[in-house]
Amino acid sequence: MTRSAEPRRTPLTDLHRELDARLVPFAGYEMPIQYTSILEEHRTVRSAVGLFDLSHMGEIEISGPETVAFLRHAVASDPGALVEGQAQYSMLCQTDGGIIDDVIIYRLADGRFWVVCNASNREAVVEQLNELLARGDFDASLDDRSDRTALVAPQGPNAAALVAELTDVDLDAIGNYRSAHGAVAGIDCLVARTGYTGEDGFELFCDADRARELWESLATAGERHGLRPCGLGARDTLRLEAGMPLYGNELDRETNPFEVNLGRVVKLEKGDFVGRAALQAIARAGPSRQLIGLRMLENAIPRAGYEVRADGAAVGKVTSGTLSPTLGEKIAMALVPAEFSDIGNAFDVVVRERPYRAEQVKLPFYKRPRD
Amino acid sequence: MALPDDLRYSKEHEWVRVEGSRATIGITSFAADELGDIVFVELPDVGSSLGQFATFGVVESVKAVSDLFSPISGEVVEVNEALRESPELLNSDPFGDGWIAKVELADASEVDALMDAHAYTAETA
Repeated sequence: MTRSAEPRRTPLTDLHRELDARLVPFAGYEMPIQYTSILEEHRTVRSAVGLFDLSHMGEIEISGPETVAFLRHAVASDPGALVEGQAQYSMLCQTDGGIIDDVIIYRLADGRFWVVCNASNREAVVEQLNELLARGDFDASLDDRSDRTALVAPQGPNAAALVAELTDVDLDAIGNYRSAHGAVAGIDCLVARTGYTGEDGFELFCDADRARELWESLATAGERHGLRPCGLGARDTLRLEAGMPLYGNELDRETNPFEVNLGRVVKLEKGDFVGRAALQAIARAGPSRQLIGLRMLENAIPRAGYEVRADGAAVGKVTSGTLSPTLGEKIAMALVPAEFSDIGNAFDVVVRERPYRAEQVKLPFYKRPRD
Repeated sequence: MALPDDLRYSKEHEWVRVEGSRATIGITSFAADELGDIVFVELPDVGSSLGQFATFGVVESVKAVSDLFSPISGEVVEVNEALRESPELLNSDPFGDGWIAKVELADASEVDALMDAHAYTAETA
Protein backbone atom coordinates (compact mmCIF):
# COMPACT_ATOMS: atom_id res chain seq x y z
CA MET A 1 0.00 0.00 0.00
CA THR A 2 1.31 3.43 -0.83
CA ARG A 3 0.91 6.32 1.51
CA SER A 4 0.68 9.68 -0.16
CA ALA A 5 1.81 12.86 1.51
CA GLU A 6 -1.42 14.54 0.43
CA PRO A 7 -4.00 14.54 3.22
CA ARG A 8 -7.12 12.52 2.59
CA ARG A 9 -10.31 14.43 1.97
CA THR A 10 -13.85 13.70 3.00
CA PRO A 11 -16.72 14.29 0.55
CA LEU A 12 -17.28 17.56 2.46
CA THR A 13 -13.77 19.03 2.50
CA ASP A 14 -14.58 21.55 -0.26
CA LEU A 15 -17.73 22.58 1.58
CA HIS A 16 -15.74 23.18 4.78
CA ARG A 17 -13.42 25.45 2.80
CA GLU A 18 -16.41 27.37 1.44
CA LEU A 19 -17.58 27.80 5.03
CA ASP A 20 -14.15 29.20 5.89
CA ALA A 21 -13.42 26.46 8.41
CA ARG A 22 -9.96 26.11 9.86
CA LEU A 23 -8.68 22.80 8.48
CA VAL A 24 -5.99 20.82 10.27
CA PRO A 25 -4.33 17.46 9.67
CA PHE A 26 -6.13 14.76 11.66
CA ALA A 27 -5.64 11.00 11.30
CA GLY A 28 -4.31 11.51 7.78
CA TYR A 29 -7.28 13.68 6.81
CA GLU A 30 -7.71 17.38 6.47
CA MET A 31 -10.51 18.07 8.95
CA PRO A 32 -12.25 21.20 10.29
CA ILE A 33 -11.10 21.96 13.83
CA GLN A 34 -13.44 24.95 14.04
CA TYR A 35 -15.65 27.12 11.83
CA THR A 36 -15.92 30.26 13.97
CA SER A 37 -15.19 29.53 17.63
CA ILE A 38 -14.75 26.29 19.56
CA LEU A 39 -16.57 27.81 22.56
CA GLU A 40 -19.58 28.89 20.48
CA GLU A 41 -19.69 25.56 18.70
CA HIS A 42 -19.48 23.70 22.01
CA ARG A 43 -22.33 25.75 23.51
CA THR A 44 -24.42 25.25 20.38
CA VAL A 45 -24.29 21.48 20.84
CA ARG A 46 -25.25 21.80 24.52
CA SER A 47 -28.13 24.22 23.85
CA ALA A 48 -29.34 23.75 20.26
CA VAL A 49 -27.82 21.55 17.55
CA GLY A 50 -24.36 21.26 16.02
CA LEU A 51 -23.56 19.57 12.72
CA PHE A 52 -20.38 17.50 12.42
CA ASP A 53 -18.66 15.92 9.44
CA LEU A 54 -17.29 12.61 10.70
CA SER A 55 -16.75 11.06 7.30
CA HIS A 56 -13.16 10.28 8.20
CA MET A 57 -14.33 7.51 10.53
CA GLY A 58 -14.14 3.91 9.36
CA GLU A 59 -17.18 1.80 8.44
CA ILE A 60 -16.33 -1.88 8.13
CA GLU A 61 -19.08 -4.27 7.14
CA ILE A 62 -18.99 -7.89 8.31
CA SER A 63 -21.39 -10.31 6.67
CA GLY A 64 -21.84 -14.03 6.15
CA PRO A 65 -23.56 -16.86 8.04
CA GLU A 66 -21.10 -16.86 10.98
CA THR A 67 -20.81 -13.09 11.45
CA VAL A 68 -22.14 -13.16 15.01
CA ALA A 69 -19.76 -15.93 16.09
CA PHE A 70 -16.86 -14.13 14.40
CA LEU A 71 -17.56 -10.78 16.07
CA ARG A 72 -18.02 -12.43 19.47
CA HIS A 73 -14.52 -13.82 18.98
CA ALA A 74 -12.97 -10.59 17.66
CA VAL A 75 -14.22 -8.02 20.19
CA ALA A 76 -14.43 -7.79 23.97
CA SER A 77 -18.20 -7.17 24.18
CA ASP A 78 -20.96 -9.54 23.11
CA PRO A 79 -22.46 -8.45 19.77
CA GLY A 80 -24.57 -11.62 19.94
CA ALA A 81 -26.73 -9.76 22.45
CA LEU A 82 -27.71 -7.17 19.82
CA VAL A 83 -31.14 -7.24 18.26
CA GLU A 84 -31.53 -5.92 14.72
CA GLY A 85 -31.23 -2.15 14.71
CA GLN A 86 -29.29 -2.07 17.97
CA ALA A 87 -25.78 -0.69 18.50
CA GLN A 88 -23.13 -1.45 21.11
CA TYR A 89 -19.99 0.28 22.30
CA SER A 90 -17.11 -2.18 22.11
CA MET A 91 -13.37 -2.66 21.78
CA LEU A 92 -10.89 -4.79 19.91
CA CYS A 93 -8.17 -5.96 22.27
CA GLN A 94 -4.82 -7.61 21.75
CA THR A 95 -4.10 -11.01 23.34
CA ASP A 96 -2.51 -9.12 26.26
CA GLY A 97 -5.70 -7.10 26.79
CA GLY A 98 -4.31 -3.83 25.32
CA ILE A 99 -6.86 -1.84 23.33
CA ILE A 100 -6.45 -1.82 19.52
CA ASP A 101 -9.43 0.49 19.07
CA ASP A 102 -12.77 1.38 20.57
CA VAL A 103 -15.65 0.94 18.13
CA ILE A 104 -19.41 0.99 17.83
CA ILE A 105 -20.95 -2.19 16.43
CA TYR A 106 -24.28 -1.81 14.64
CA ARG A 107 -26.51 -4.79 13.91
CA LEU A 108 -28.37 -3.35 10.97
CA ALA A 109 -32.06 -3.97 10.39
CA ASP A 110 -31.25 -6.42 7.58
CA GLY A 111 -28.87 -8.49 9.70
CA ARG A 112 -25.56 -7.14 8.42
CA PHE A 113 -23.08 -5.76 10.97
CA TRP A 114 -21.09 -2.56 10.81
CA VAL A 115 -18.02 -1.90 12.90
CA VAL A 116 -17.48 1.87 13.08
CA CYS A 117 -13.93 2.68 14.15
CA ASN A 118 -11.64 5.66 14.65
CA ALA A 119 -10.06 7.02 11.47
CA SER A 120 -6.60 6.79 13.00
CA ASN A 121 -7.08 3.07 13.65
CA ARG A 122 -8.96 2.04 10.54
CA GLU A 123 -6.02 0.21 9.01
CA ALA A 124 -5.18 -1.51 12.30
CA VAL A 125 -8.78 -2.64 12.77
CA VAL A 126 -9.09 -3.93 9.21
CA GLU A 127 -5.77 -5.72 9.58
CA GLN A 128 -6.77 -7.34 12.87
CA LEU A 129 -10.17 -8.46 11.55
CA ASN A 130 -8.67 -9.77 8.31
CA GLU A 131 -6.01 -11.67 10.22
CA LEU A 132 -8.65 -13.34 12.37
CA LEU A 133 -10.77 -14.14 9.32
CA ALA A 134 -7.78 -15.61 7.48
CA ARG A 135 -7.57 -18.41 10.05
CA GLY A 136 -10.67 -19.81 8.40
CA ASP A 137 -12.57 -20.58 11.61
CA PHE A 138 -15.58 -18.47 10.67
CA ASP A 139 -17.66 -18.18 7.52
CA ALA A 140 -17.74 -14.41 7.34
CA SER A 141 -16.25 -11.70 5.16
CA LEU A 142 -15.18 -8.11 5.51
CA ASP A 143 -15.88 -5.08 3.35
CA ASP A 144 -14.18 -1.80 4.27
CA ARG A 145 -16.78 0.73 3.14
CA SER A 146 -15.10 3.74 4.72
CA ASP A 147 -14.21 5.57 1.51
CA ARG A 148 -17.69 5.08 0.06
CA THR A 149 -19.47 6.14 3.23
CA ALA A 150 -20.04 9.62 4.63
CA LEU A 151 -21.05 10.34 8.21
CA VAL A 152 -22.88 13.53 9.12
CA ALA A 153 -23.89 13.99 12.75
CA PRO A 154 -26.48 16.48 14.04
CA GLN A 155 -25.94 16.53 17.82
CA GLY A 156 -27.75 18.45 20.54
CA PRO A 157 -31.16 18.87 22.17
CA ASN A 158 -32.71 20.15 18.91
CA ALA A 159 -31.29 17.35 16.75
CA ALA A 160 -34.42 15.17 16.90
CA ALA A 161 -36.75 18.03 15.94
CA LEU A 162 -34.46 18.93 13.04
CA VAL A 163 -34.09 15.40 11.64
CA ALA A 164 -37.84 14.79 12.10
CA GLU A 165 -38.53 17.60 9.60
CA LEU A 166 -36.56 15.79 6.92
CA THR A 167 -37.61 12.17 7.35
CA ASP A 168 -40.60 9.84 7.60
CA VAL A 169 -38.61 7.53 9.87
CA ASP A 170 -40.27 7.37 13.29
CA LEU A 171 -37.48 8.83 15.42
CA ASP A 172 -39.37 8.17 18.66
CA ALA A 173 -38.97 4.47 17.87
CA ILE A 174 -35.17 4.87 17.67
CA GLY A 175 -33.93 4.87 21.24
CA ASN A 176 -30.43 5.61 22.39
CA TYR A 177 -27.97 3.24 20.66
CA ARG A 178 -30.62 2.13 18.17
CA SER A 179 -30.76 2.67 14.44
CA ALA A 180 -33.04 2.35 11.42
CA HIS A 181 -32.72 2.62 7.65
CA GLY A 182 -34.61 5.41 5.98
CA ALA A 183 -34.51 8.50 3.82
CA VAL A 184 -33.39 11.82 5.28
CA ALA A 185 -33.93 14.72 2.89
CA GLY A 186 -34.61 12.05 0.25
CA ILE A 187 -31.20 10.43 0.78
CA ASP A 188 -30.84 6.81 1.91
CA CYS A 189 -29.30 6.80 5.37
CA LEU A 190 -28.56 4.62 8.29
CA VAL A 191 -30.12 6.75 11.01
CA ALA A 192 -28.38 5.95 14.30
CA ARG A 193 -29.07 7.55 17.67
CA THR A 194 -25.43 7.54 18.68
CA GLY A 195 -22.82 10.22 19.26
CA TYR A 196 -19.79 11.42 21.12
CA THR A 197 -20.96 14.66 22.69
CA GLY A 198 -22.98 13.71 25.77
CA GLU A 199 -26.13 15.06 24.12
CA ASP A 200 -29.02 13.48 22.29
CA GLY A 201 -28.27 13.31 18.59
CA PHE A 202 -27.90 11.27 15.46
CA GLU A 203 -25.20 9.86 13.27
CA LEU A 204 -26.40 9.70 9.67
CA PHE A 205 -24.42 7.38 7.41
CA CYS A 206 -24.96 7.81 3.66
CA ASP A 207 -23.22 7.21 0.34
CA ALA A 208 -20.24 9.53 -0.03
CA ASP A 209 -21.67 11.12 -3.20
CA ARG A 210 -24.82 12.26 -1.38
CA ALA A 211 -23.00 13.78 1.59
CA ARG A 212 -23.09 17.38 0.41
CA GLU A 213 -26.80 17.22 -0.31
CA LEU A 214 -27.45 15.74 3.14
CA TRP A 215 -25.29 18.35 4.88
CA GLU A 216 -26.89 21.25 3.01
CA SER A 217 -30.42 20.01 3.69
CA LEU A 218 -29.66 19.72 7.40
CA ALA A 219 -27.92 23.10 7.48
CA THR A 220 -30.82 24.86 5.75
CA ALA A 221 -33.55 23.23 7.83
CA GLY A 222 -31.36 23.68 10.89
CA GLU A 223 -31.34 27.47 10.69
CA ARG A 224 -34.48 27.82 12.77
CA HIS A 225 -33.20 25.22 15.24
CA GLY A 226 -30.09 27.27 15.99
CA LEU A 227 -27.76 24.96 14.06
CA ARG A 228 -24.09 25.68 13.56
CA PRO A 229 -21.47 23.58 11.81
CA CYS A 230 -19.09 22.26 14.46
CA GLY A 231 -15.50 21.08 14.23
CA LEU A 232 -13.33 18.55 15.96
CA GLY A 233 -12.22 21.11 18.56
CA ALA A 234 -15.72 21.28 20.05
CA ARG A 235 -16.13 17.51 19.63
CA ASP A 236 -13.09 17.05 21.87
CA THR A 237 -14.25 19.38 24.66
CA LEU A 238 -17.79 17.92 24.48
CA ARG A 239 -16.64 14.32 24.83
CA LEU A 240 -14.24 15.25 27.62
CA GLU A 241 -17.00 16.89 29.67
CA ALA A 242 -19.07 13.76 29.08
CA GLY A 243 -16.18 11.63 30.42
CA MET A 244 -15.80 9.72 27.16
CA PRO A 245 -12.36 8.32 26.34
CA LEU A 246 -10.47 9.27 23.19
CA TYR A 247 -8.19 6.76 21.52
CA GLY A 248 -4.62 8.04 21.65
CA ASN A 249 -5.34 9.93 24.91
CA GLU A 250 -7.14 7.63 27.36
CA LEU A 251 -6.90 4.48 25.24
CA ASP A 252 -3.98 2.76 23.56
CA ARG A 253 -2.38 -0.65 23.18
CA GLU A 254 -0.68 -0.31 26.58
CA THR A 255 -4.01 0.29 28.33
CA ASN A 256 -6.72 -2.28 29.08
CA PRO A 257 -10.47 -1.68 29.43
CA PHE A 258 -10.51 -2.17 33.21
CA GLU A 259 -8.02 0.66 33.74
CA VAL A 260 -10.28 3.13 31.96
CA ASN A 261 -13.52 2.18 33.76
CA LEU A 262 -14.79 0.18 30.79
CA GLY A 263 -14.76 -3.24 32.41
CA ARG A 264 -18.53 -3.40 31.84
CA VAL A 265 -17.86 -3.68 28.10
CA VAL A 266 -15.86 -6.88 28.58
CA LYS A 267 -18.03 -10.03 28.59
CA LEU A 268 -15.74 -12.68 30.04
CA GLU A 269 -18.58 -15.20 30.33
CA LYS A 270 -19.40 -15.27 26.60
CA GLY A 271 -16.75 -17.86 25.70
CA ASP A 272 -13.31 -17.51 24.17
CA PHE A 273 -12.32 -14.28 22.46
CA VAL A 274 -9.15 -12.39 21.63
CA GLY A 275 -7.60 -11.18 24.89
CA ARG A 276 -9.88 -13.16 27.18
CA ALA A 277 -7.22 -14.89 29.30
CA ALA A 278 -5.36 -11.65 29.95
CA LEU A 279 -8.53 -9.69 30.65
CA GLN A 280 -9.79 -12.37 33.02
CA ALA A 281 -6.54 -12.18 35.00
CA ILE A 282 -6.81 -8.37 35.17
CA ALA A 283 -10.46 -8.60 36.25
CA ARG A 284 -9.52 -11.02 39.01
CA ALA A 285 -6.52 -9.10 40.33
CA GLY A 286 -7.95 -5.64 39.68
CA PRO A 287 -6.28 -3.16 37.31
CA SER A 288 -3.01 -1.60 38.41
CA ARG A 289 -4.00 1.83 37.12
CA GLN A 290 -7.28 3.75 37.06
CA LEU A 291 -8.61 6.59 34.98
CA ILE A 292 -9.89 9.34 37.25
CA GLY A 293 -11.53 12.75 36.90
CA LEU A 294 -9.79 15.85 38.24
CA ARG A 295 -11.07 19.36 38.91
CA MET A 296 -8.47 22.08 39.37
CA LEU A 297 -8.66 24.03 42.62
CA GLU A 298 -6.18 26.63 41.35
CA ASN A 299 -5.99 28.71 38.21
CA ALA A 300 -4.19 26.60 35.62
CA ILE A 301 -5.40 24.49 32.72
CA PRO A 302 -4.38 20.83 32.77
CA ARG A 303 -3.35 19.37 29.40
CA ALA A 304 -2.59 15.91 28.05
CA GLY A 305 0.85 14.73 29.19
CA TYR A 306 1.13 16.95 32.27
CA GLU A 307 2.47 15.22 35.39
CA VAL A 308 0.09 14.31 38.22
CA ARG A 309 1.47 14.22 41.78
CA ALA A 310 0.15 12.78 45.01
CA ASP A 311 1.85 13.89 48.23
CA GLY A 312 4.49 15.61 46.11
CA ALA A 313 5.51 12.47 44.20
CA ALA A 314 4.85 11.91 40.48
CA VAL A 315 2.22 9.17 40.17
CA GLY A 316 0.64 9.58 36.75
CA LYS A 317 -0.19 11.73 33.77
CA VAL A 318 -3.09 13.79 32.52
CA THR A 319 -4.63 12.02 29.50
CA SER A 320 -6.95 14.91 28.48
CA GLY A 321 -7.61 18.30 30.00
CA THR A 322 -9.33 21.55 29.18
CA LEU A 323 -11.27 24.50 30.44
CA SER A 324 -14.81 23.11 30.45
CA PRO A 325 -16.97 25.55 28.49
CA THR A 326 -20.16 24.26 30.13
CA LEU A 327 -18.96 24.15 33.72
CA GLY A 328 -16.42 26.98 33.64
CA GLU A 329 -14.04 24.66 35.52
CA LYS A 330 -10.63 23.36 34.58
CA ILE A 331 -11.04 19.62 34.25
CA ALA A 332 -8.93 16.62 33.32
CA MET A 333 -8.86 12.88 33.09
CA ALA A 334 -5.71 11.21 34.37
CA LEU A 335 -4.30 7.71 34.70
CA VAL A 336 -2.97 7.04 38.21
CA PRO A 337 -2.04 3.92 40.18
CA ALA A 338 -5.18 2.16 41.44
CA GLU A 339 -4.28 2.79 45.10
CA PHE A 340 -4.73 6.53 44.50
CA SER A 341 -8.10 6.25 42.81
CA ASP A 342 -10.46 6.83 45.75
CA ILE A 343 -12.81 9.76 45.35
CA GLY A 344 -11.75 12.75 47.41
CA ASN A 345 -8.02 12.25 47.04
CA ALA A 346 -5.93 15.37 46.60
CA PHE A 347 -3.54 15.70 43.69
CA ASP A 348 -1.35 18.29 42.07
CA VAL A 349 -1.05 18.82 38.33
CA VAL A 350 2.27 20.25 37.20
CA VAL A 351 1.76 23.12 34.77
CA ARG A 352 4.93 24.82 33.47
CA GLU A 353 6.99 23.27 36.26
CA ARG A 354 4.70 24.45 39.06
CA PRO A 355 2.26 22.19 40.93
CA TYR A 356 -1.38 23.33 41.08
CA ARG A 357 -3.90 21.73 43.44
CA ALA A 358 -6.62 19.48 42.05
CA GLU A 359 -9.29 17.28 43.60
CA GLN A 360 -10.61 14.03 42.31
CA VAL A 361 -14.21 14.14 41.14
CA LYS A 362 -16.62 11.55 39.77
CA LEU A 363 -16.81 10.99 36.03
CA PRO A 364 -18.53 12.18 33.94
CA PHE A 365 -18.07 15.89 34.59
CA TYR A 366 -21.27 16.65 32.71
CA LYS A 367 -24.55 14.75 32.32
CA ARG A 368 -27.25 16.10 30.11
CA PRO A 369 -30.52 17.00 31.77
CA ARG A 370 -33.16 14.38 30.94
CA ASP A 371 -36.88 14.74 31.22
CA MET B 1 -9.13 45.02 9.46
CA ALA B 2 -6.72 47.94 9.28
CA LEU B 3 -3.98 47.87 11.90
CA PRO B 4 -3.35 50.85 14.18
CA ASP B 5 -0.52 52.79 12.55
CA ASP B 6 0.83 54.26 15.79
CA LEU B 7 2.12 50.83 16.92
CA ARG B 8 5.20 48.77 16.10
CA TYR B 9 4.97 45.04 15.50
CA SER B 10 7.18 42.00 16.04
CA LYS B 11 7.47 38.84 13.95
CA GLU B 12 6.05 36.94 16.96
CA HIS B 13 2.81 38.95 16.54
CA GLU B 14 3.11 41.26 19.52
CA TRP B 15 2.62 45.01 19.34
CA VAL B 16 4.15 47.89 21.29
CA ARG B 17 2.94 51.45 21.83
CA VAL B 18 5.67 53.80 23.02
CA GLU B 19 4.75 56.86 25.07
CA GLY B 20 7.85 58.62 26.38
CA SER B 21 9.97 56.17 28.36
CA ARG B 22 7.07 53.74 28.75
CA ALA B 23 5.58 51.20 26.43
CA THR B 24 2.38 49.17 26.37
CA ILE B 25 2.53 45.71 24.85
CA GLY B 26 -0.04 43.22 23.62
CA ILE B 27 -0.75 40.64 20.93
CA THR B 28 -2.05 41.46 17.47
CA SER B 29 -5.49 40.71 16.07
CA PHE B 30 -3.76 38.27 13.72
CA ALA B 31 -2.33 36.34 16.68
CA ALA B 32 -5.66 36.39 18.52
CA ASP B 33 -7.51 35.06 15.47
CA GLU B 34 -4.93 32.34 14.92
CA LEU B 35 -5.18 31.23 18.55
CA GLY B 36 -8.96 31.13 18.57
CA ASP B 37 -10.90 31.56 21.82
CA ILE B 38 -8.39 32.61 24.47
CA VAL B 39 -9.35 31.19 27.85
CA PHE B 40 -6.30 31.80 30.01
CA VAL B 41 -3.46 34.32 30.30
CA GLU B 42 -0.40 34.03 32.50
CA LEU B 43 0.84 37.55 33.12
CA PRO B 44 4.38 38.59 34.11
CA ASP B 45 4.99 39.87 37.64
CA VAL B 46 5.15 43.62 38.19
CA GLY B 47 8.82 44.45 38.71
CA SER B 48 10.10 41.62 36.52
CA SER B 49 12.54 42.30 33.70
CA LEU B 50 11.67 41.47 30.11
CA GLY B 51 14.24 40.76 27.42
CA GLN B 52 13.56 41.72 23.84
CA PHE B 53 12.02 38.72 22.03
CA ALA B 54 12.20 36.65 25.24
CA THR B 55 9.15 34.88 26.69
CA PHE B 56 7.24 36.84 29.33
CA GLY B 57 3.94 35.00 29.69
CA VAL B 58 1.58 32.43 28.26
CA VAL B 59 -1.76 32.52 26.49
CA GLU B 60 -3.94 29.46 26.20
CA SER B 61 -6.77 28.90 23.78
CA VAL B 62 -9.20 26.01 24.12
CA LYS B 63 -6.79 23.79 22.22
CA ALA B 64 -3.31 25.27 22.48
CA VAL B 65 -0.71 26.76 24.80
CA SER B 66 1.45 29.58 23.36
CA ASP B 67 4.30 31.63 24.78
CA LEU B 68 4.22 35.40 24.72
CA PHE B 69 7.39 37.10 23.46
CA SER B 70 8.13 40.63 24.54
CA PRO B 71 8.78 42.97 21.60
CA ILE B 72 11.06 45.15 23.74
CA SER B 73 13.15 44.87 26.91
CA GLY B 74 12.41 46.68 30.16
CA GLU B 75 10.83 46.43 33.56
CA VAL B 76 7.16 45.61 34.02
CA VAL B 77 5.40 48.46 35.83
CA GLU B 78 1.78 47.36 35.37
CA VAL B 79 -0.13 44.37 34.08
CA ASN B 80 -3.69 44.19 32.79
CA GLU B 81 -5.39 42.57 35.77
CA ALA B 82 -8.70 42.43 33.85
CA LEU B 83 -7.24 39.65 31.71
CA ARG B 84 -7.18 37.25 34.66
CA GLU B 85 -10.98 37.26 34.81
CA SER B 86 -11.64 38.11 31.16
CA PRO B 87 -8.96 36.60 28.91
CA GLU B 88 -11.43 36.93 26.02
CA LEU B 89 -10.51 40.64 25.88
CA LEU B 90 -7.50 39.45 23.89
CA ASN B 91 -9.91 38.28 21.18
CA SER B 92 -12.44 41.09 21.37
CA ASP B 93 -10.10 44.09 21.66
CA PRO B 94 -6.45 43.04 21.21
CA PHE B 95 -5.17 46.58 20.56
CA GLY B 96 -7.25 48.23 23.30
CA ASP B 97 -8.74 46.68 26.45
CA GLY B 98 -6.77 43.51 25.73
CA TRP B 99 -3.36 45.13 26.36
CA ILE B 100 -1.09 42.89 28.43
CA ALA B 101 1.61 44.89 30.23
CA LYS B 102 3.19 48.32 30.60
CA VAL B 103 6.95 48.46 30.62
CA GLU B 104 9.62 51.02 31.52
CA LEU B 105 11.81 50.86 28.43
CA ALA B 106 15.41 49.73 28.85
CA ASP B 107 16.48 50.84 25.39
CA ALA B 108 14.12 52.95 23.29
CA SER B 109 16.15 52.26 20.16
CA GLU B 110 15.02 48.60 20.21
CA VAL B 111 11.73 49.79 18.76
CA ASP B 112 13.54 50.56 15.51
CA ALA B 113 14.04 46.84 14.95
CA LEU B 114 10.26 46.34 14.86
CA MET B 115 7.90 46.62 11.91
CA ASP B 116 5.47 49.40 11.19
CA ALA B 117 1.82 48.60 10.37
CA HIS B 118 2.56 48.49 6.66
CA ALA B 119 5.42 46.00 6.99
CA TYR B 120 3.51 43.86 9.49
CA THR B 121 0.48 43.72 7.20
CA ALA B 122 2.75 42.42 4.45
CA GLU B 123 4.29 39.93 6.89
CA THR B 124 0.92 38.42 7.76
CA ALA B 125 -0.66 38.58 4.31
